[in-house]
Amino acid sequence: MSQPQRKAVIDLYRTLLHLGRDWPQGYNFFRQRLHKVFLKNSEEKDPKKVETMIKHGEYVVKEIEALYKLKKYRTLKRRYYDD
Amino acid sequence: MSRVLVGVKRVIDYAVKIRVKPDKSGVVTDGVKHSMNPFDEIAVEEAVRMKEKKLAKEVIAVSCGPAQAQETLRTALAMGADRAIHVEVAGAEYETLQPIHVAKILAKISQDEKADLVIVGKQAIDDDSNQTAQMTAALLDWPQGTFASKVEKSDAGLTVTREIDGGLEVIKTKVPAVLSADLRLNEPRYATLPNIMKAKKKPMKKVSAKDLGVDLAPRIKVISVEDPPVRQAGSVVPDVDTLVAKLKEGGHV
Repeated sequence: MSQPQRKAVIDLYRTLLHLGRDWPQGYNFFRQRLHKVFLKNSEEKDPKKVETMIKHGEYVVKEIEALYKLKKYRTLKRRYYDD
Repeated sequence: MSRVLVGVKRVIDYAVKIRVKPDKSGVVTDGVKHSMNPFDEIAVEEAVRMKEKKLAKEVIAVSCGPAQAQETLRTALAMGADRAIHVEVAGAEYETLQPIHVAKILAKISQDEKADLVIVGKQAIDDDSNQTAQMTAALLDWPQGTFASKVEKSDAGLTVTREIDGGLEVIKTKVPAVLSADLRLNEPRYATLPNIMKAKKKPMKKVSAKDLGVDLAPRIKVISVEDPPVRQAGSVVPDVDTLVAKLKEGGHV
């Protein structure tokens, strides 16, 4: 793996771990699964494929952020508003 | 408008199941996940957006509470606030800290820092008081735009759309003013890891209520905190007649 890609993957892993702290089923649940996925693809050598995976990971980050926002918004709406 | 002051509170995380202490003196807070009050996140977001639109030059986050309140302030800094003021209130004083005290603290800091706008969440999800914005405005003798769902700059000041029962109300206010953020004002951004790291370098000032000349003597006493009543179990009825009979019995038809 090229050096910039290696850094991108590590940053992605860190970002996801950070997001995992708020995961509904708990941090450990999230961390174990995250670790498994990264381990599964750790042997990948093709820079193009690695690039696609990084892109996918960044997409997942955005999705998780959106999920948290929506979950919080909906919970508050249900608690404080009738409509 | 140059300086916006935002009040943030550290509360038990919205997703945590709240447990009442057996002696009914309050709720269990030890070892429970805490985070920034969601309505305060909306307030911070609004202030940061004002800065991004060049309507404000500086955003200052303020929190009153024990040492852990600094974590909440870091989150505000990570979201884009420029600096933070931690008003240290710990132990027994923190347990009896009420909106009137926070309002006095915010009012004093607003004057000291020459703030042009104060934004707070409309209420905190722990005590649901919904008083801080109103009291701060009263103490400062500034106009207030509470339950704001839209804030726009107009010639002389701000145009604020307020959420009221059954609809919306649009008001015009001069600045300086106090606003309180309602749920639909904006969608707060997520504090990302790199931003949290960068926030550690932003300045945080620590002051005490005493330095600000605010008396923290409690004005009200909590007599008892109790769980809401448990919903009673339903029952299955064998046929329509029994159902109608039971509804009549309960006075529903």
